[in-house]
Amino acid sequence: MLRVLGKVQRIGIITESLPPQEEPVLRAVGAELQEAVAARFRGSLAIRQVDAGSCNGCELEIQALNNPYYGIERFGVHFVASPRHADLLLVTGPVSRHMEEALRRTYSATPDPKFVIAVGDCGASGGEFAVSYACAGAVSNVIPVDAVIAGCPPAPFALMQGILEAIGVRRPATAR
Amino acid sequence: MNRFAWLDAFLGRLIAEDMAVREVPEASGLAPARGISVGADDWGNFGKSARNWNCRWAGCWAEDLGDQLRVHACFEKDHGYLLAHTDLRRATPILSSHAPYFPAAARAERHLQDLYGIAFGDHPDPRPWIRHQAWKNGEYPLRLDFPLAGNPLPATPADQGYPFQHIQGSGVCEIPVGPVHAGIIEPGHFRFHAVGETVLLLEERLGYVHKGIEKLAETRDAHGLARLAARVSGDTTVAHTWAACMAMEKAAGIAVPERALALRAIMAERERIANHLGDIGGICNDVSFSFGFYQFNRLRELWQRTSATAFGHRLLMDRIVPGGVTTDLSETAARAQIDQISTFRPQLGRLMDILNTSPTVENRLIGTGVLAPQAAAAYGALGYVGRASGVDLDVRRDSPYAPYHTLKIPVPIEQAGDVAARVRVRAAEISASFAMLEQLIGGLVPGPVCAPWTPAPPDACGFGLVEGWRGETLAFVRFGTAGRIARYFPRDPSMINWPLLEVLIADNIVPDFPVCNKSVNGSYSGNDL
Ligand code: SF4
Repeated sequence: MLRVLGKVQRIGIITESLPPQEEPVLRAVGAELQEAVAARFRGSLAIRQVDAGSCNGCELEIQALNNPYYGIERFGVHFVASPRHADLLLVTGPVSRHMEEALRRTYSATPDPKFVIAVGDCGASGGEFAVSYACAGAVSNVIPVDAVIAGCPPAPFALMQGILEAIGVRRPATAR
Repeated sequence: MNRFAWLDAFLGRLIAEDMAVREVPEASGLAPARGISVGADDWGNFGKSARNWNCRWAGCWAEDLGDQLRVHACFEKDHGYLLAHTDLRRATPILSSHAPYFPAAARAERHLQDLYGIAFGDHPDPRPWIRHQAWKNGEYPLRLDFPLAGNPLPATPADQGYPFQHIQGSGVCEIPVGPVHAGIIEPGHFRFHAVGETVLLLEERLGYVHKGIEKLAETRDAHGLARLAARVSGDTTVAHTWAACMAMEKAAGIAVPERALALRAIMAERERIANHLGDIGGICNDVSFSFGFYQFNRLRELWQRTSATAFGHRLLMDRIVPGGVTTDLSETAARAQIDQISTFRPQLGRLMDILNTSPTVENRLIGTGVLAPQAAAAYGALGYVGRASGVDLDVRRDSPYAPYHTLKIPVPIEQAGDVAARVRVRAAEISASFAMLEQLIGGLVPGPVCAPWTPAPPDACGFGLVEGWRGETLAFVRFGTAGRIARYFPRDPSMINWPLLEVLIADNIVPDFPVCNKSVNGSYSGNDL
């Protein structure tokens, strides 16, 4: 236990330390986000991530948002286990047809009003996989999408910025 | 060392048993594997003999060659790889199964059953596997006459009728989990039967992320195939792209420059370390040891940033291309890597000390999810899953490909087979890879990083074989006309290791499932293709 505490003390708080050119942008977007989350989500934005056929590259970068460098929870954003607790769905992958119905059900299990962000080139357009016997392509081919974060995969900072922009700018999609 | 000392005796024995077996004239692209053809009627008996000779089953795939369907199976013994194939008439694609002798073959053959319509007569479990409801029973997407677009319904329904195994008895309850899981992870379905907290039976149902990768590969050019291979499993983008490029380069007879090979190995070792760091952190998280979770993920993040600075991509995607790599390593970036290794090495040591002596962690990891060495050997377990259960196998050492033939490859082996052993093996592999990176970077020779690509002749085949972070990773490629791909099959280690999770979870408690699953960490995408 002492060693654990020792290590904790040595390393200290490492959150932030983004590349210098991104830092001001992050701070600006971060402040805006915290404001938006405070105003619209009573200080807490709950995200449910749905892998709809991703290669798992996007998941690795979304997971990184929880590492101590990005620590997205400090902006009031956290990932939840059930769509029923979620305000926002982060959907990855070229929607494999085998995940299509599960995605639709996850969407309808998410209470209104809700946001949907399609993540990655796959989520945006089907990416390298496009539309085929096995994939339905862009997430918007299956459920309504409010915003897209492109990249293959988008880096954690791009994800953070994309989420902030999406909820800062857009009104949530009401029941459609 | 003669890796094929056994093969002549084995073939002699098969011929003495009157099997229609012959060695196919050395197709250079398949080296280091040797190829044989087997009569379709003898396929089952051939599998049985391979089992009796203690061969390891390493994968199977098929091809639609027009008038016939060709089934391949890959075996390994004494580090020699044997590629066997048999041809089936299209009108009657019926074959004996290898699953009765090699449990790992069961799902791979069901994959062929669903995608090619090959009936494995004596298969112990002929339920569908990769087919859910995206195409109809009786349609076979990997046959040449099936269009890439398929004939999808406007909305694909869920796959509801799958006949799961059932256990009945007082107090037995069934717990369905997934496909959408409670974390930022890939989708799949797990069906538990439990009494109280104890798992009696776990059945996996995968296939949810089937993207048609094998079909999408057809008619791509070499560079297009490399991009697709990079996305077979994002966490293994380096190993799959390397295996696919290796196969294509062998088929096309392209020599990759020495510097490019070293850079590929640097990327592969970086990928191995990144995943091991992240997963050890994840294992800590699954036993609520958040200190470990944050510490290992702190290291992983720093590591990925260094990858991005050195090669321009955090996961190193699309850096390997046919003929070499896209990105050279600058002096500065090389030095930054060496510096990072020297700061990471003591930190890893301290963190592992803390993990190994922390009672809460020990209590959850030791004796949890034990994979017995016999089961590991029977399934041909790969990578750290096998090595933590006594399977002494590492392609980098056993069938070395450049540049690994110049390196010392320590292969940590444990016998306990529990989650703790898998963690120890992975930590030891990180240390080994640190040393390899130092050697690789220190020994970089100047020179080009990519050879010009010249298309392979029609019908040229290639076999790629690399040790990815999950273990032995295979790729088979056949070119068609005009340098276009006719067939690509990637065999991710997950295809072999997934069933082992069912084996090692038995008699554990349901709440230990996440940590057991993480300690194996199969790729859903790499399995489902
Ligand atoms: S966008 Fe790229 S990283 Fe994300 S799922 Fe698609 S292929 Fe993988």
